[in-house]
Amino acid sequence: MQGQLAPPPRVRPATPRITLQASDTTARRRKLINSLMSGLIGASAVLGVSILGIILGYIIIQGAPALSFDFFTKNPPALGEAGGGVAPAIRGSLLIVGLAGLVGIPIGLGAGIYLAEFGRGRFANAVRFTADLMTGLPSIAIGAVAWALLVKRGFGNYNAIAGSVALAIIMIPIITRTTEEILRLVPNNLREASLALGTPQWKTIVSVVLPVARGGILTGVILSVARVSGETAPLLLTVLGNSFASNDLRGPMAALPLEIYQYATKSPFADSFTKAWGASLVLIMLIGLLNLLVRLSARLGNPKGRR
Amino acid sequence: MAVQAARRDRNAPTQRVKLVEGRGGGLGDRSFQAVAFAFAAFILILLATIFVILFIDARVALAREGLRFITGQVWNPTADIYGALPYIYGTIFTSLIGLVIATPIAIGASLYIVEYAPNWLRAPVSFIVELLAVIPSVIYGFWGLAVLAPFLRDRVERPLKAALGDVPVLSALVEGPARGRDMFVAGVILSIMILPTIMSVAREVIATVPGTQREGMLALGATKWEMIRGAVLPYARAGIVGAAILGLGRAIGETMAVTMLIGNSSTKISWSFLTPGYTMASAIANQFADANSSLHFSAIIGVAVVLLFVTGAVNLVARLIVSRFGGDTRATGI
Repeated sequence: MQGQLAPPPRVRPATPRITLQASDTTARRRKLINSLMSGLIGASAVLGVSILGIILGYIIIQGAPALSFDFFTKNPPALGEAGGGVAPAIRGSLLIVGLAGLVGIPIGLGAGIYLAEFGRGRFANAVRFTADLMTGLPSIAIGAVAWALLVKRGFGNYNAIAGSVALAIIMIPIITRTTEEILRLVPNNLREASLALGTPQWKTIVSVVLPVARGGILTGVILSVARVSGETAPLLLTVLGNSFASNDLRGPMAALPLEIYQYATKSPFADSFTKAWGASLVLIMLIGLLNLLVRLSARLGNPKGRR
Repeated sequence: MAVQAARRDRNAPTQRVKLVEGRGGGLGDRSFQAVAFAFAAFILILLATIFVILFIDARVALAREGLRFITGQVWNPTADIYGALPYIYGTIFTSLIGLVIATPIAIGASLYIVEYAPNWLRAPVSFIVELLAVIPSVIYGFWGLAVLAPFLRDRVERPLKAALGDVPVLSALVEGPARGRDMFVAGVILSIMILPTIMSVAREVIATVPGTQREGMLALGATKWEMIRGAVLPYARAGIVGAAILGLGRAIGETMAVTMLIGNSSTKISWSFLTPGYTMASAIANQFADANSSLHFSAIIGVAVVLLFVTGAVNLVARLIVSRFGGDTRATGI
């Protein structure tokens, strides 16, 4: 790279010195700008990487002291008291996200299968477009819908079911699009071979196409679960949070993201920041675990070769 | 119907021709396709339902306020006046701050990954930056509250206020006390949150620039930066703009982190970076619990409708640009 900057090495002796010198300074200037911009480009990469390090570092260093056996198993103490844990929040998150998955995963998978295997024409394109549009919608708007329909009307009070519905609505388009993309990678030869043996199309899909793509499909599903388990705004509007342990899906419930929000903003006690760091660490670990599962599920095999 | 299909199924093995024609015609196939179709149709119904519910509930407030709903500067639930302009202003202000900070960094990082990084470093760097997208919004908010806001207040806002406070025109930018809960802090946290969105798209777009473009430039004796400026960036420009707009769409709808950092106490529209204002999303998150009158409820849903339209439009434009210029490598000339 450096060599290209220098003036041509074989300069004819007749060439006046001045020009050589002039091009020398230009070369120096160009070189300077080059290294300056290269430095800036490198710096922005370093910045992007280190921001993640800083944020994760804070969560781990500040959150680790809060973690204990009690933190995972005990109920929160009375306001301002030390000790206690976030067990109801962990349980609530699992319940709410689990219910959302129960609703959202089958619908997302079904729609994805339709788009990949039968999806030609304007209807399928409309569904694709709609799914893309929905993945871009702000989660609070989806939360507002669940709030209007299931909290203000419907149940008449804050409830966990409304939260699950909101999360399911967020999950569906994500699962649909990833499932479709993965199924499209399955070579057509497999389908043709199966059909040529006289297997009906539905059986071809169920016992040939889906098993080949199971790793990728699982990845998409887990990613969508990881995405919604950190969602806060839609839960705030629907589940609201609960400082008491409650397993009633028809009432307000605690959830990890809501717990972080409550401890970070609503509680004036010094101990509450410690709890918020701890809850943040638990949530990050949960999401990290899900992302680890993604890596493992990718090993289950993707339709196009193995990495 | 069912009887007929069953009979055909039973007969199938004996009629070879039927077997081939029967593809997609069997009862199993037809019902399977019907179920899958129903799920796909459900997505359309879902989006339609979302819009219908929001419109029905927002109708009261929108009908009452009319155009003033988006041009009115007073939002006063006790007096039943609902003008959402301060929220719209806050959304635009914070998103633009986030965009202005994040875009150059995202472009720089993607240039590093594509043009500079050794092979073994490429995947790790993009993976790490993209991990930023995995962190939940509420954790950004809390980290911002505990770490970023005090830092920015002491190291950026106060010095800036001291420097610009007495300058005639620029003082408007730093009007009000530096509390660390304002448009600026919210904008900075947004810039971190949208960085992975912009970077991953920009990286892909930059990677599609053909190697011959770079080689041509370098063969003419250009430095690496001149090559990037002359061959890479012009080629990728439209795609990068699309990436930035995609990031903007994410910033506009972002709720928790902004709600926790923006202050939520002033509906004054000013140029000051230190305004402790609202965004549309943070207004919804802050007021939903107090929406006891049906008009206030309707007005909050109205804000959600406006938010939905703005993000929908922004995302649409971004996708159009990215798919037109980013996907096809031959679409953009220099």
